[in-house]
This record gives sequence, structure tokens and C-alpha cells, in this order.
Amino acid sequence: MIPASIDETAAGLLAHGYVAQRELATAAFLALRLQRPLFLEGEPGTGKTEIAKTLAALLDRPLIRLQCYEGLDLAGAAYEWNYARQMLEIKLGQVSGEDLFARRFLIPRALLQAIDPANPVAPVLLIDELDRADEPFEAFLLEVLSEFQITIPELGVIKALAPPIVIITSNRTREIHDAVKRRCLYHWVDFPSAARELEILRLRVPEAPAALARQIVAFIQGLRALDLYKLPGVAETIEWSRALLELNALQLDPETVQSTLGVLLKYQDDIARVQGSEAARLLAQLKIEAHG
Amino acid sequence: MADTPGAGSPQAGWRPLGGQNATEGRGPEANNHLATNVMHFARVLREAGMPVGTDRVQLSLKALQVAGLESRRDFQATLAACMVDRAEHRPLFEQAFHIFWRDPDLLGRVMAMLLPQAEGKPMRPPPPENRRLAQALFPHAPEAQREPQAQKIEVDAQMSWSERELLQQRDFETMTAEEWAQAQQVLASMRPFFETRPTRRRQSALRGRVDWRASLRAQGRSEAAPLRFQKPRQHVAPLTVLADISGSMSRYSRMLLHLAHGLSNPRERRHAPRVTSFVFGTRLTPITRLLKQRDPDLAVAAVAQRVADWSGGTRLAACLHDFNKHWARRVLSSDATVLLITDGLEQGDAEALAFEARRLRLGCRRLIWLNPLLRFEGFEPRAAGVRALLPEVSLHIPAHNLASLEHLTKLLCN
Repeated sequence: MIPASIDETAAGLLAHGYVAQRELATAAFLALRLQRPLFLEGEPGTGKTEIAKTLAALLDRPLIRLQCYEGLDLAGAAYEWNYARQMLEIKLGQVSGEDLFARRFLIPRALLQAIDPANPVAPVLLIDELDRADEPFEAFLLEVLSEFQITIPELGVIKALAPPIVIITSNRTREIHDAVKRRCLYHWVDFPSAARELEILRLRVPEAPAALARQIVAFIQGLRALDLYKLPGVAETIEWSRALLELNALQLDPETVQSTLGVLLKYQDDIARVQGSEAARLLAQLKIEAHG
Repeated sequence: MADTPGAGSPQAGWRPLGGQNATEGRGPEANNHLATNVMHFARVLREAGMPVGTDRVQLSLKALQVAGLESRRDFQATLAACMVDRAEHRPLFEQAFHIFWRDPDLLGRVMAMLLPQAEGKPMRPPPPENRRLAQALFPHAPEAQREPQAQKIEVDAQMSWSERELLQQRDFETMTAEEWAQAQQVLASMRPFFETRPTRRRQSALRGRVDWRASLRAQGRSEAAPLRFQKPRQHVAPLTVLADISGSMSRYSRMLLHLAHGLSNPRERRHAPRVTSFVFGTRLTPITRLLKQRDPDLAVAAVAQRVADWSGGTRLAACLHDFNKHWARRVLSSDATVLLITDGLEQGDAEALAFEARRLRLGCRRLIWLNPLLRFEGFEPRAAGVRALLPEVSLHIPAHNLASLEHLTKLLCN
């Protein structure tokens, strides 16, 4: 079930619509075989979350997603007691003292669901944008990541029978603590090369004409060379292609680019910079490359 | 070629994989060989400053068994996945990998870096190989020739500024006990820079929202236990210090470094903010890690050694641009306070400066400008740079010595 080699991993990912760089396929393969969490860092929109989804589809396992946010705590991430039910049962006299913290009062959240020994098959656990959670939360993850278990003071230790496949992503808005990283395999997800991006576009937006796809990729690669505050990711490339198709554009021209820049660039300063002369320059460059 | 590094490299086992399929006949011996090499490689990385522990080495060996050794690229990717855990270490790792696992071309170049420069015309500028790495690979090789010391300038250039990049090293006097005590006192009264903000986590309190978990647990013990309450926990907003160390500010740079160090190493950790520090003149240098050293004199000496643009010109706009582009999103959260310490004397493009200052202000919650020039009576914002900065700052206060910092504290407390 788990791929036997790096090639097989890359081929499997490709079959499910994910064009992975060889290095990423290696890291993913190792994470699967060594049962280590995979820690992915990189610019937004480079396919970090997507690989978790693809792996889940590839291995035919359920995907459990924990979206991190500031203030995320145990109750939101791991488990919570069902206080209403506990109160009710106390009132009815059905429970007392010892039984108050039985398993049936426990509401499992993402982390506990992922390591529940009752799972028929170990799921894929995606801990998304860990940099958004506050630092104290990371400390709690340590036990889950290395032992695949959670200690509940009232109940004891709950340990996974088969360790889940853990993917952690971070946009690097802050540095994650070394203790977390130490337990993981690390990979930095870069922007793809032009050839790879074209392949991605062909797979994800098959209806785009080849000539247009080539122009789109060349334009975006040109944008990435500029000194922008936020560079467009692959997600933006795909989104832009879809937008252009919606507008029935057959090739890039200044007006279309002008009116759809908001799909690619999300900062007004960046848009102001690219609009007009810069966009015209990039387009002119495309033409030269196409004809020369 | 393979014998040349013998002097300093690990004696046994320096026989890195030659290209592909070097371990084809994989017996226990070959495996042993690989293990030794991986271990030495990890040691090289460690010497070069990457935190590669023994657990990482073990993990790499396990990973290599799984991933196989058929291709060099996979081999590199495997080692990278196991040994790197920071984006900024990737270039260092790549260089070390290519040198250690036999890339004759690069090995030669690194050797050349360590040997005295041969007379003759260089074909092209030497690659930016890492000196730290070279020393880790060949610790006993003779030191490469030092760059000539920048000439000392005798003229008092303290009130002048220029865009010229002037690189020079600097020594600082160590602190006297009295100074240290005084600094500590001032730092202790620097509370006003610290802004407490509510977090979305909660802690128990006498009144507030009902804490069902605690209440129920209490009631499990005794029927008559009262309800427990909780309220939002407070945390101190993170602080980013951007200190100008150019020529016109050189009088204050020592004080500024001690200030940054004091802020990063508070006596009381509990209510201390997360502090990130940068210094800039003509270029931006992050010094957060250097200031982790608890001894103030050692820390300041480390910074003095690292920073290359002491007392040179100012390129305020360029440095702020660098910060905004590469660091702001990593170190500034929406509730961060930025402490900008500069005289704002920038000759360059005032428009660019205004633009970067606005960007900086949008990225944080408070932008405080400590300005040493403010001590002069009748200071008027006439310089273009000052005028560009002023509309963007939330507070503009004098900071030319410890006493005025104290004054500042009083001011803020009112």
C-alpha cells in the first residue's frame, strides 16, 4: 500500500494530479517509510496543503485536517469533555465520582481522532499553517508527533495502534521551535521551474490551450523575477488561468492582464508597480521569446 | 586530489562516494563506510554552524537504507530531509554536500580559498563559498589571507552622513559595573515599550466566564464546590528593534546594543516580550541570535564582529525595504511594536523612504521612533528623511543617553 520507492511515490502523486519535485517526492517517501512527520515550509500557494490531500487520495486513507489559528488550545485541537452531558447525568444520578470522566463524555477533536486506536486504518493528519498557532501550542504537539499518543489526565494515555501520516505546513511567518522540527523530516517547497509549472498547469487546467498556458507560465516566471512584496504562487497561476478561460482569452494582451492582475497580486503596491509599463515590458518579452 | 584535504579532514573514512553507484557491492563493510562518512559529513555541518545532532545522523542512516543509493540527487534529497530544518541552512547544506561528496571542481575552489592567492589573472570572480564551511572542512589549513583592515578615519564624522558604503569593524569598551547597574535600572523601567494584549487563551480568575472543565472537576471532588471562572490570558506584544549604527549615530551605537541586549535578556522572563533585533547602516544585519548570549559584553563583542558596516553611511530606505521584504512577515505579528532608533538623516530618495516607512507602519501595531537628535533645542523636521518618517510614527522621542531613556519612561507613564 505504501509506495516501495521514490519513483513509485512520484508516479503515484502524478497520477493523482500532483507534479512533485524529486526532492519533495523523496521527503514524502521517507516520511511514509520511516513513519516520521513531514514538515513543509515555503511561500504561500506552492502546494503544501495540496500534497497532504493528494497523499490521502493516493493511499486511500481519510484526511483529518487541523487548521491552526491563534488561540488554538487543547479543547480545539485534541479533545474536550462534554460538560453538558456530564451535568445532565449528574442531575439524573446516573453517574458519580469515578465514572464522570469516562470515554463516552469525551469529544475527540482532530488530533485525538487521528490517533484513535479504534481507527480501522491510520489516517493522514494535516496540521495546517502551524505558524499561526501560538508558541505554547507547539509544546503540546511534541508528544503527539514523537509518540503518537495523547495523555488525558482524567483518563490516561491514548495511543495510536498504527501511527498516522502527519504533514505539517508553515508559511514561515515565524520560526517554529526546534523541538518540533527535530521530530520531523524537513522540506522547503520552492516555486516550480517553468517546465514544471507548465506541467502542473496542463494537469490542473487541461482545458487551457497550450499556447496560452505557455504564455501564462512565462509571464508569471517573469513576475517572480521582479522585486515584489508578495510573489504569486502556483495556486495563483492556476487561478489566473481559470480566470482567463472564463474571459475567453486566447492569448495575453495588455488589457486582459491589466484587468485580471488582482487574481495574481494581492498588494496594491505590487499591482501599481506591475500595471502599465512593467506588464507591457513582460508581454513584449514574451513575444520576442515566442517569435525569436 | 583526494589526499590533499588529509591534513584536517577526518582521517579514517574520508573517501566520499565517488559519483554514482559507489556502494554497489553493499556488504556490511560498505555500509560501515557509508555510516562513517555520513557521520563525518554531519560533523562538518555542525562545525559550520548547523545544529545536526546524533539523532539526525541515525535518522539519515535509516533513511538511506530505505531510499537506496542509486542516484546522487536522491541521496542529497534524503540527507537534506533528515539534516536540514531551517530554510536559511539550505545553501550551506548544498555547498557542504557538493564539496564533501566529491565535486572535484568545488573542492578545488575551496582549497584555493584556503591557500594564499596565487599570482596571475583570475578567470572569473571567486564564488561566494562560505568561509565558515571551509574552516569546518579543513580546520588545520592555514588561514586565508585577511582582507586589509579598512582605513581608520580620523575626522569626526559623527554628524555627517553619506550613502557611500564604508565597511569597518569596531571595538567597544566593556561595561563598567556601575554602567551595568544603571543600564539594568533603566531597562527595568522600560515597561512602557511593552504593551500587554489579550490572547485567545484563558486562565482561571475570580470572575469572568464560567470554566466548566475546572468547575466539574471540582464538583467531582465535592458536591458543594462553587463555580470556577476564567478570563483571557494577557501576553506582552512582541518587540522588534531596528537600530541605526551609521556614522552619524556612532556615538550611540554601544548604548543601543546594550539596550537591545537588555531587552532580549530580561531578568524576569515571565512578562518579557519576544524581541527580535536588527542593526543597519548601509545594510541590514539580524542580530537576534547573537544577543542570546547572556553576558552583555560578549554579546556586544559578537555583534561588533559580525556587523560589517559600522559607522559608514546610511541607506535608511534600502534597509527598511530589505526588512519589509524579507523579515517583516516573519517577525512582525499584527500586535507587534517596532522600535526604530535612527536620526532619520537620509540623503537618498525621501519618497522611497516614506513608502517603506508606511509599509512598516502597516505591518505592526505601534511604530516608535527614538531619535537622538531630538535633544537639540528647537529641533525642526527639516531634513527630507525626517519629514518622510514623521507622519508614519506613532511616537517620536529623544534617545541620546541613558538619562534621556529614563526621561522617556517618565514621559510615557504620564
